[in-house]
Amino acid sequence: MTATHALQALLEASQSVTEHRPWPRVIVTPETWNTLLEGLASGAWTLLGLWGEPVMVHLAVREAASGTLAIASLPCPTGQFPSVGRCHPPAQRLERTLVDLTGLRPMDAVDARPWLDHGRWPVRHPLGSATAPGESMPPYRFLPVEGESLHQIPVGPVHAGIIEPGHFRFTANGEAVVRLEERLGYVHKGIESLLNGADVGRAARLVGRVSGDSTVAYAWAFARAVEAATETEAPERAHWLRALMAELERLANHCGDFGAICNDAAFAMMLAYCAVLRERVLRASATCFGHRLMMDRIVPGGVAHDLSADGINALRALIAEFRHQFPALIELYDKTASLQNRTEHTGFVKPALIQQFGCGGYIGRAGGRAFDARRAIAYPPYDELLFDVPVLSESDVNARVWIRIREVEQSLRLIEQILEQLPVGPIGNALRRPGNAREGVAVVEGFRGDVLVWVRLTAAGAVERCHPRDPSWFQWPLLEAAIEDNIVADFPLCNKSFNCSYSGHDL
Amino acid sequence: MRKLLIQNLLRLPLTVPAPPPSAQALAELGARVDRAARVRLGRSLSIREVDAGSCNGCELEIHALNNAFYDMERFGLHVVASPRHADVLLVTGPVTANMREGLERTYAATPDPKWVVAVGDCGRDGGVFAGSYACVGGVSAVIPVDLHIPGCPPNPLQLLEGLLALLQVS
Ligand code: SF4
Repeated sequence: MTATHALQALLEASQSVTEHRPWPRVIVTPETWNTLLEGLASGAWTLLGLWGEPVMVHLAVREAASGTLAIASLPCPTGQFPSVGRCHPPAQRLERTLVDLTGLRPMDAVDARPWLDHGRWPVRHPLGSATAPGESMPPYRFLPVEGESLHQIPVGPVHAGIIEPGHFRFTANGEAVVRLEERLGYVHKGIESLLNGADVGRAARLVGRVSGDSTVAYAWAFARAVEAATETEAPERAHWLRALMAELERLANHCGDFGAICNDAAFAMMLAYCAVLRERVLRASATCFGHRLMMDRIVPGGVAHDLSADGINALRALIAEFRHQFPALIELYDKTASLQNRTEHTGFVKPALIQQFGCGGYIGRAGGRAFDARRAIAYPPYDELLFDVPVLSESDVNARVWIRIREVEQSLRLIEQILEQLPVGPIGNALRRPGNAREGVAVVEGFRGDVLVWVRLTAAGAVERCHPRDPSWFQWPLLEAAIEDNIVADFPLCNKSFNCSYSGHDL
Repeated sequence: MRKLLIQNLLRLPLTVPAPPPSAQALAELGARVDRAARVRLGRSLSIREVDAGSCNGCELEIHALNNAFYDMERFGLHVVASPRHADVLLVTGPVTANMREGLERTYAATPDPKWVVAVGDCGRDGGVFAGSYACVGGVSAVIPVDLHIPGCPPNPLQLLEGLLALLQVS
């Protein structure tokens, strides 16, 4: 056994769940659970998710060296489990959420505060075995801050712009931020509870609305998880159309972010240009697939909307427009010293933290972590497409802008290839009905990072339990680190360069 | 930068012509709005957007109202940073239990006369999230609503039609 295959060995020594695809899920003993936690803490494995059921906790991990991905499940007959957050800080908020939703208790947890539960729901532990009536809670305890001449700035949940709600508690010394503490959960919609018992069609609509800006990525991840569970293969053309939608979504969001980040440095001109490009992407998307954000266009089994000749023309015009306009915008960014003065060295995140948190997307890739599910997991059709995964090491706002710029270029390249090589044929297959309970999991690269969806279907084919995990879980905590020692006025810039999802995180 | 600016001077604007106000929206509003408000507010509306639990899809389309195609400022519609400066609250989402108080307090902080526009299928009745323990269900379950703009999400033209109707009767 080599160290690079340690995870594989651990899996082989555990009892595996037969109907779980495509990666293994194993039932582990508390000892194996602890070995897993040590592996996470040592950096051998990356945390991909942590969620609960009434008497079981699930831990999704990935071994970067071998690419092995697995889910370990620990039964908790006494309602307790060894805390993951205690050894591995990136798990803390996931674990607090798990406690809020299921009522299971992590042993020796370092942070016992609730996270999504603000004491305003009519029930407690809505996903647990013993749901109790909701009760009000004592005021949330923010972490203590001690020192001379400190002042606090509470911001939100209602913010000044057109933006999702969340609370930020800044502690500043003069202009410099010494600590930011986030308080999220305001847009918790109870999506996991709504998914319990939903038929696959309704579930797809719900998962496609976990985070509206990533609706394509979520719908794709859900479809792949259901297809894995039922051993249904989507037709080839559907794979390619899904990738087309995903790249359009990436293009639209990266464009919007590029403009919005510059706008937060008071460079409104870039926003004006980028907003026009973004609008053109949404219009082309509507022409191609009948919906500007392409909601509900990816369905388990395939896609719901085929690409017409009009759509192809719209895409060709879109690419021509980008090829004409975008280089000038890159040059504008590159040559405006006053703008770069704001973005360079601002919002630096230590690459070690990025590794530890398994932080994905442009934040990860701007800080040296090359992970991109399209490359690392290479789900179809990305195994047949040519693209680069840009990686930088500066890990500041500027690097996060440049990753987006480079990814826009790559998305254009991908869309061109898709248009050239799009296979002909059907766009959907009926889901197989295996007649027994099945489980599936999938990871898809959204514009913001890797989206994970895990699902268990009943024998009748309905959703019994589904867990969508947003990339923001491993990004939000790093925003707290990014703003440290920056001035308060640079927070919008840092925040926008992260552009984490509130809705995706709050679920 | 200069090249881009000059190009702009030479090109035709991207902005689409103003859409007619939606008849349905006009009818819904007619009953609610009186002449006095019109005198008070003149021909512009200050809008405060409140996300009360949306999936953020509605926010994306509200943002688009400011791009060169829709350019809502040409109608005197502008987004303000504080409810204290607002005539209109533009509310999205199925109103989560965790945002209910935030929405109520924002409404209370908005000076009279004021209008509330509930955006999206979620804002109308909770949309796909209706029935969840964590959602209150529709903006009108929490504060009085003057206009609904349904859709998931409504596109920028539909948003503009609704807001222009509001401007006409205000
Ligand atoms: S109406 Fe649709 S787009 Fe708007 S918040 Fe609800 S689910 Fe999202």
